[in-house]
Amino acid sequence: MSIRHGLLALLERGPRYGSQLRTEFESRTGSTWPLNVGQVYTTLNRLERDGMVAQGGEDTAGHTLYTITDSGRAELRTWFEKPVDRTSPARDELAIKLAMAVGAPGVDIRNVIQSQRRHTVKAMQDYTRLKAQALLAVEGGGARERDDVAWLLVLEQLIFQTEAEARWLDHCESRLIRLSATAATAGTEASSGPSSSSAPTVSAAPNVPTAPRTSAS
Amino acid sequence: MSTQQPVLQLQNLTRVHGAGATEVHALRGIDLAVYPGELVAVMGPSGSGKSTLLTIAGGLDTPSSGRVIVEDTDITAASVKELAALRRRSVGYVFQDYNLIPALTAAENVALPRELDGTSARKARVEATAALEEMGLGHLADRFPDEMSGGQQQRVAIARALVGDRRLVLADEPTGALDSETGESVLALLRSRCDAGAAGVLVTHEPRFAAWADRVVFLRDGAIVDQTVRSDADSLLSGQVAEA
Repeated sequence: MSIRHGLLALLERGPRYGSQLRTEFESRTGSTWPLNVGQVYTTLNRLERDGMVAQGGEDTAGHTLYTITDSGRAELRTWFEKPVDRTSPARDELAIKLAMAVGAPGVDIRNVIQSQRRHTVKAMQDYTRLKAQALLAVEGGGARERDDVAWLLVLEQLIFQTEAEARWLDHCESRLIRLSATAATAGTEASSGPSSSSAPTVSAAPNVPTAPRTSAS
Repeated sequence: MSTQQPVLQLQNLTRVHGAGATEVHALRGIDLAVYPGELVAVMGPSGSGKSTLLTIAGGLDTPSSGRVIVEDTDITAASVKELAALRRRSVGYVFQDYNLIPALTAAENVALPRELDGTSARKARVEATAALEEMGLGHLADRFPDEMSGGQQQRVAIARALVGDRRLVLADEPTGALDSETGESVLALLRSRCDAGAAGVLVTHEPRFAAWADRVVFLRDGAIVDQTVRSDADSLLSGQVAEA
């Protein structure tokens, strides 16, 4: 998450002080990624060091105001123009967990998948409930409309992401079932392999690529 | 919610197709209660028994054992006549392919179950128009099915399912033939009817649509293996979402 660019985007709309930036960042993103004031000031200090923001006096209450500089505007434009990098994916704990669960002794990968599925679908239910509220707020219009729309977009991103995860889990499960069924068939054909005792054993899966492709129903 | 009487109760429901060597256990001991105001989604891979569960819940198929109680009536013990009356009065269906009658307008389609149940045509028509208006579909009242989009037809089908005193709607992949945006609008309507006091059971394989439910039940090989309950929306607004 780029706090740095988020703050620049808010400052482009006019001078702001630290805790104001925090409030605006959170109302745009529905507090999905809470910021603390310390993070805001650390980031502002770095931006100031890099010449992208400058301190520009105080408001009537004595808050130090920050303004965006020309080089900050240029940085912001570049940020909007450049795609977010997806070629070096962030470490994904779930993908690592499932990768490790394949063939792991004493682990029923279907249980791993199901407990994740329950959690993921529940998260989707929660996001969907929030989305229904956000939709009502957007339809209602009003002064906060821009923030409501921004929040709606963030919520929908979370829904799409959890949906992708739920579908991927379904896919993993059906793939593993298919593979273990094929492996079991191949095992009985060769001789009674270790997998013959329990059909849905995933540890048999690595043998599959060499197995003849039997007619799948 | 739990102090109320469930609208639908499935008790130790089993369904076996065939016999002997070709015996298939489509449902194995399903227990489920659905309360007024509740939308329950049933998810599971194909062949897990989702549709069988729904057809038995609506009295379109009979279980091998167990009981189905709709409102106060045990439909597994009901006569054919009682069952037909119950289906007209208490249960509404929504199918993937809408199933509106092409020769009737939206309002006439919605009025039909009431007329079949003995309500006068005029009264049924008034009720139908009111139901459509309440669901924001008043402008569709005089349109024929082929003059409506799929999403509009499906919303009319929901109105038909819940016209009169009916409080139970059973929806089998209602969004299956719709694009995802239109599917959302159908789910939003179903959700709002449940918020208004109806009970709904939704069979779907799409997690995005299941997510509109209060409860998601996971079915596998004819048995409920897991379920989930949504959080209270207000608690989500206090920053809990970030931890998910």
